[in-house]
Amino acid sequence: MTDIAATPRRDAALTALVRHARYVIAENPVTGFAFVLFVLIVLAAILGPDIVPYNPLTSDTTQALKPPSAHHWFGTDQLGRDVFSRVIVATRLDFFIAVASVALVFLMGGLAGVAAGFFGGWTDRVVGRIADTIMAFPLFVLAMGIVAALGNTVQNIVLATAIVNFPLYARIARAEANVRREAGFVEAARLSGNSDWRILAFQILPNVFPIMVVQMSLTMGYAILNAAGLSFIGLGVRPPTPEWGIMVAEGAAFMVSGEWWNAFFPGLALMVAVFCFNLLGDGLRDMVDPRRRT
Amino acid sequence: MLTMILKRAAMAIPSLIGVVIVTFLLTRALPGDPAAYFAGPAATPQAIQEVRVKLGLDKPLIEQFGRYVVDLGHGNFGNSLTTGQPVLTELRTRLPASAELTLLGLLVSILIAVPLGIIAATRPNSLIDHACRLITTLGVSLPVFFTGLILVYVFYYLLGWAPAPLGRLDVFFDPPPQVTGFYLIDSLIARQPEVFMASLKQLILPALTLGIFSLAPIARMTRASMLAVLSSDFVRTARASGLSSYTVIVTYAFRNAMLPVITTLGMVFSFLLGANVLVEKVFAWPGIGSYAVEALLASDFAPVQGFVLTMAVMYVALNLIIDVLYGLIDPRVRLEA
Amino acid sequence: MKRREFLKSMTALTAVSAFSAPAVWSPAKAQSRQETLLIVSESGPNNLDIHGVGTNVPGYEVSWNCYDRLISHEMKTLPNGTPYYDKYKFKPELAEDMNVGDMSATFRLRKDAVFQDGTPVTADDVKWSFDRAVTVGGFPTFQMSAGSLTKPEQFVVVDDHTFRVDFMKKDRLTVPDLAVIVPCVINSKLVKSKATEQDPWGLEFTKLNTVGSGAYKVTNWTAGSQVVLERNENWKGGPLPKIRRIVWRMVPDAGNRRALLERGDADVSYDLPNKDFSELKTDGKLSIVSTPYSNGIQYIGMNVQNPPFNDVKVRHAMAYAIPYQKIMDAVLYGLAKPMFGAPADAPTEVAWPQPHKFNTDLDKAKKLLADAGASNINVPISFDLGFAGVNEPIAVLVQESLAQIGVTTTINKVPGANWRTELTKKTMPLFENVFSGWLDYPEYFFYWCYHSGKSIFNTMDYQSPAMDAFIDGARLAAATGDKETYDKEVKGFVDLAFTDMPRIPLYQPYVNVAMQKNISGYEYWFHRRLDYRAFVKG
Repeated sequence: MTDIAATPRRDAALTALVRHARYVIAENPVTGFAFVLFVLIVLAAILGPDIVPYNPLTSDTTQALKPPSAHHWFGTDQLGRDVFSRVIVATRLDFFIAVASVALVFLMGGLAGVAAGFFGGWTDRVVGRIADTIMAFPLFVLAMGIVAALGNTVQNIVLATAIVNFPLYARIARAEANVRREAGFVEAARLSGNSDWRILAFQILPNVFPIMVVQMSLTMGYAILNAAGLSFIGLGVRPPTPEWGIMVAEGAAFMVSGEWWNAFFPGLALMVAVFCFNLLGDGLRDMVDPRRRT
Repeated sequence: MLTMILKRAAMAIPSLIGVVIVTFLLTRALPGDPAAYFAGPAATPQAIQEVRVKLGLDKPLIEQFGRYVVDLGHGNFGNSLTTGQPVLTELRTRLPASAELTLLGLLVSILIAVPLGIIAATRPNSLIDHACRLITTLGVSLPVFFTGLILVYVFYYLLGWAPAPLGRLDVFFDPPPQVTGFYLIDSLIARQPEVFMASLKQLILPALTLGIFSLAPIARMTRASMLAVLSSDFVRTARASGLSSYTVIVTYAFRNAMLPVITTLGMVFSFLLGANVLVEKVFAWPGIGSYAVEALLASDFAPVQGFVLTMAVMYVALNLIIDVLYGLIDPRVRLEA
Repeated sequence: MKRREFLKSMTALTAVSAFSAPAVWSPAKAQSRQETLLIVSESGPNNLDIHGVGTNVPGYEVSWNCYDRLISHEMKTLPNGTPYYDKYKFKPELAEDMNVGDMSATFRLRKDAVFQDGTPVTADDVKWSFDRAVTVGGFPTFQMSAGSLTKPEQFVVVDDHTFRVDFMKKDRLTVPDLAVIVPCVINSKLVKSKATEQDPWGLEFTKLNTVGSGAYKVTNWTAGSQVVLERNENWKGGPLPKIRRIVWRMVPDAGNRRALLERGDADVSYDLPNKDFSELKTDGKLSIVSTPYSNGIQYIGMNVQNPPFNDVKVRHAMAYAIPYQKIMDAVLYGLAKPMFGAPADAPTEVAWPQPHKFNTDLDKAKKLLADAGASNINVPISFDLGFAGVNEPIAVLVQESLAQIGVTTTINKVPGANWRTELTKKTMPLFENVFSGWLDYPEYFFYWCYHSGKSIFNTMDYQSPAMDAFIDGARLAAATGDKETYDKEVKGFVDLAFTDMPRIPLYQPYVNVAMQKNISGYEYWFHRRLDYRAFVKG
């Protein structure tokens, strides 16, 4: 027999969520705008390489540094590559960096934090010490050090961003786990025979997720800015991969000579993406926890 | 109070030890061989090995670490390879440069963000509120070096309003006699008003760059805090008693709302001190940030280690000061502690 | 209340003092700006003494201008009007004359030369300085040995003002080697008084202080920030320089350096991307001088001991696959001398650098690869991150071109500090590098780069007895003055280099300098750094 009883309940929950979302968006049109932007970014990330007019890696030195025109909407860069194609294709990499960093730090920081909050005692102390040690570092220099030591690959940039944000996530997760330690559903899970780790991973962590989602949105923006900063120092992704940060860092050198489009368009894309993630974070905060509305 | 300070300091020691160990390991993991660098462009492998022995880099890591810690105890932070100077001397000259810039940036940020936050809080969800949020978020959505470069391009190159991005002082001024290392303060102490004006002019663009970048957290926290306070009982009483809007907001609400904002300021300050790095590169600022970055890229251990340790100590001290300030401002906190 | 009053009064005080500044400093500032030369560059010296451990290239510039040497070079004039050092003609500096014998050279020192602290310069100072150069190790000792100056026994004090250099063997490069930056004359009495047991040569003292008899002295050095030099009014090595004060500032951002020049807030810079130089030249607001590097070539190197580049056919294929013209246009903006594409019937000259006959021809490249039976080549292409401005776009263009003949590459940026170590290891299969020598002679270049014995700069690990024979033959012929043999040997080694192709020369870089229109007196020297002594402002 079909689960008739379950469906209306699930439907009701879904409708409530949608209605709540609509309410929040109506209250705050900016959040709605951010949502739309987010969807556009995801679309660009998925479809990007297939819809761009030029190959982002093909150079054509006879067409170097041409200003925006009908042929090249965003102009060409110093090696004759089409800036528009590169900006769109870069969306995928930057989005990946953002999402991967956030996923990694959620897992690392989230698990460590909930473990610390749940078990207390030594776990709490160790995680606390690690978090304090990381926080005592000047964070950007720590990220630089990690990438310089391990090599400037995308994985290392993601790892560096995750490590640098670890303390924040650990702290939030710990606070939430502390609150939920004695909650009813945890007791129920324990009584059903779940081991502590299963409880952590499948009961508490998912409950912590909505609270963290706000921070995660902000971290997505931070991850992209971090990658851009590293590129400026020379520790960014390897050429010729298109990535907004490195395009801005390289393009900045051409501003004084008047080829503004080289840095402007990737900079604009970067700004729009980070802007969107930040606004989304604010909006999500309103949606998820009205008590914390700012 | 004193016991609290001592207890806090003691709790911070394991973090500092952790920082020293991690930095040591991290710098040793950097690619690049200082011995090859020192030995020069034409060195044979034997020559490089000789230099390595001379620098003590052939000893096992534990021994090198032990040596490092002993040196630290004597206040010897080692020498920089790239500049050839003792790290401690360089840190001492460069730290005030970064601190002056960061403090001024923070000041600029406060001057803009706090009023914005207050205005936004007094008219929640209005157009002004949204505009404030948009403006401040925009500031933090651009990479800080890009903001700096755009400011230089517009205000120096195109308009000529700002002075040349040549560092802390124009070529024709000598720095004031060192008292604090802050040119603004030292030039006033030494009664050199033209040096004061020259330093101030050089500070404007980089401070603005840093300030723009830190608008968002301060404005957001001010707004949140003010909102919370404005809905509290005593404010309602004040309004009901007929006090003017200005008095209510500034004299009563603002002072009480400042507490969380101060914590945020502390966090922002320590974040800026680390993020200084990029701004210093753009403006040729002789601060510790640019020092550390050049050293890191040249695999020059000693400055990186010295820089990180200094920053960590400052961070701990800063947190301590904020906790003490908290206690001073809000007696409730003191009593509870 | 009291606090508020205090704050208010402090603000008032500051405001008043800021605005009541006397206007007297304005004309003084203008005059002092006229007498000062402001140079901006990306990085500065890490040591003021070229004999120091790990002294970087900007440090050489300080040494050149603050210390004297026995002899220097006369200047000749290039067709474009730039003064260029004449490698064959020497002129006295500290020595008033030079007598070159069969196995020695005797120098008579000027009697009126004094160090900057007033002590007279004597032959003892010269010997002590030269002994130091060949003993401290590292780059200075290496450079001295390039002219067969290796043992302190070679340096003899005949009397207070007469100094002799004995030759270990006949070497054409000995006398030119005495005119390079390294054999500078240091105030030995002063430095000896600062020496310690651990530091017998006083390197710690000379790192921070210039103690020579040269035209300038460093009065202020903030490492990483600026160097201030002032004219030595008692300089006897030549006519007194016109510029009284030099301020050399480090400005890391290239865009800012260009902005400073264009707005007139800096006088000289040699440290800009080629694109900026070529545009500033067209703009015409600044004066740009471009001169080819003497004896310098940027090349693509291949490790010839290991596959796939141990097969000469594969190397030739690579030489046909490089996008030479694209590099010249998009990376160098035409500011370099092509070292490729010589006509097939051009005769080999007795000169270096010299272009090879390869040009971009992807079909030939593919055919050669097929002939060699090489397929699925996948190697990293490495370069020095410190010179990424030029190296990176070249790598990207080369990568793209190689992909079209079926060779896959990944770009490997090696941090500057690690670059030399990597080169010495000789494991990198494909890489970009540049080599240039201060002594502008073909056999000198080949000796360091293609000879099997001298391993450091033979980055390709190239071992060829035939090549060695040519090079040794040329050096011997040069020492004995046998022009006919010399010419034969030089043509021999150049031809072999282009047949074996262990490295692919790309171009001879230019030294570019941008100056305000009111600055003149720029001279090109073999060390490619600035010589402040000839500059004139206004």
